[in-house]
Amino acid sequence: MGMTITQKILAAAAGLDKVEAGQLIEANLDLVLGNDITSPVAIHEMDKFKAEGVFNKDKIALVMDHFVPNKDIKSAEHCKCVRNFANKNDITNFFDVGQMGIEHALLPEQGLVVAGNVVIGADSHTCTYGALGAFSTGVGSTDMAAGMATGKAWFKVPAAIKFELVGKPAPWISGKDIILHIIGTIGVDGALYQSMEFVGEGIQYLSMDDRFTISNMAIEAGGKNGIFPVDEKTIEFMNAHSKKPYKIFEADPDAEYVQTYTIDLSTLKSTVAFPHLPENTHTIDQVGDIAVDQVVIGSCTNGYMSDLRTAAKILKGHKVAKQVRCIVIPATQTIYLKALEEGLLTTFIQAGAVVSTPTCGPCLGGYMGILAAGERCVSTTNRNFVGRMGHVDSEVYLASPAVAAASAITGKITSPAAIEGLQA
Amino acid sequence: MKANGTVFKFHDNVDTDVIIPARYLNSSDPAELAKHCMEDIDATFVNKVAKGDIIVAGKNFGCGSSREHAPISIKAAGVSCVIAKTFARIFYRNAINIGLPIIECEAAYDGIDAGDTVEIDFDEGIIYNRTKGTQFKGQAFPPFMQKIIAAEGLINYINQGKNQ
Repeated sequence: MGMTITQKILAAAAGLDKVEAGQLIEANLDLVLGNDITSPVAIHEMDKFKAEGVFNKDKIALVMDHFVPNKDIKSAEHCKCVRNFANKNDITNFFDVGQMGIEHALLPEQGLVVAGNVVIGADSHTCTYGALGAFSTGVGSTDMAAGMATGKAWFKVPAAIKFELVGKPAPWISGKDIILHIIGTIGVDGALYQSMEFVGEGIQYLSMDDRFTISNMAIEAGGKNGIFPVDEKTIEFMNAHSKKPYKIFEADPDAEYVQTYTIDLSTLKSTVAFPHLPENTHTIDQVGDIAVDQVVIGSCTNGYMSDLRTAAKILKGHKVAKQVRCIVIPATQTIYLKALEEGLLTTFIQAGAVVSTPTCGPCLGGYMGILAAGERCVSTTNRNFVGRMGHVDSEVYLASPAVAAASAITGKITSPAAIEGLQA
Repeated sequence: MKANGTVFKFHDNVDTDVIIPARYLNSSDPAELAKHCMEDIDATFVNKVAKGDIIVAGKNFGCGSSREHAPISIKAAGVSCVIAKTFARIFYRNAINIGLPIIECEAAYDGIDAGDTVEIDFDEGIIYNRTKGTQFKGQAFPPFMQKIIAAEGLINYINQGKNQ
């Protein structure tokens, strides 16, 4: 029996010719990631190690992104702890305010992850880099500490689910609609302990930003990772962003999949996940009249350049509805600057939206857009759990940047197709 | 190794945001995190839970974020074991790594009610419902994880390896 892409990458990283689902392996790591919430816990664990220092100062990335610029004194203490650790260990890839971005948008942009890499990160959305043909998965702080000290991590080789993407998506249909459709189909534990492997001719129609969004939310289906094969777009992206050598892995023709889903992208509609689980999906034509108090466009899921361009295209010449607060958060400083140069920020501000420095902020109910009891937000983020963005009696509806921007104009959850005079 | 306590029961898909809401993640102190354990799903939990008590839940317990603060807050609140139909994979890993015992057992969820007294024999992998006089066989840890648990967590396990 052959191997999947994920299995091949893990076998190579473990120095083995062959692995199979269920096998426990120890793999060499190309990168270990942490943020301002998870790194302090890992650093505290590091203190318990008998080893001095880190395994490789170039293969650790520490990104201050959740509660920065520091939202309060405790957050400031956390960042100070990480800053001191980074200085003491001469960590090459420490990203503080001014250089930081939301970690999962930042690392590919900075060229720190390429195809064939094995990456662990103390953040559940570390699975984002599967878009580049890398194996990456979220872990906790103790695993991060062990990874920083030893450069290795143990894994159970996952079985795989294959998603065969066919057809071309209709206008306004993005990676977000595709992954919400998939989560709605298989459920929030549909890929538990397994790898999600995206294949098929439909992939050619997906931008790298679309693929990052899809891999990013693999965790919302319980997946260990979500991975794409490498094509011309991947190579073009890596050449533009990285000098690291990459290695392309392909699934064997006789690789084993526990299940295969075929998804015709041409039939998909804008999709919205209702509270309080990402699997509670409805297509836009079934949504009905749902008034919103806030719109968030950003996050590691949808704070990319193409997301901001889509939102600006819809908002241009319109005004955010009077009762709505619209918060736009570019995912990195580079995206922020590019959006400025392209005039997108002008469009947002003229429409009555606010534009924030890169931060995870409202996505996890940290700051920069917390909801009061009874309030409702349509958000391009990734989770809509109880209390995720604020009060336990608030609600988050997950949607694409196109739906979020259209909803900001009308004040209720709206399809971009319903905005008058707008061409996709 | 054994656990013995009163059961608190939760449904499917208990996520890490309700186990420990992000508004408290500006602290990593176990005692501080324990004060807010399960706050957004049952605000009275921390006042009722006693040392040794047991959580029984449905499928996909601990889904969502990778925050190790979630199993840390449960352990620091005094919970001796979490039994669930299934666990989300990052939570499963984190619980093992910090030494919070967890057991997957679908039948136990169906056969145990809130308030029941339950005893767990980790060596045998058996869950005894002392209130109802029934017992369930839980999934035993694979040998690889038993070593980590025996070492009381991943850090000690790695340190032991260095001494060999």
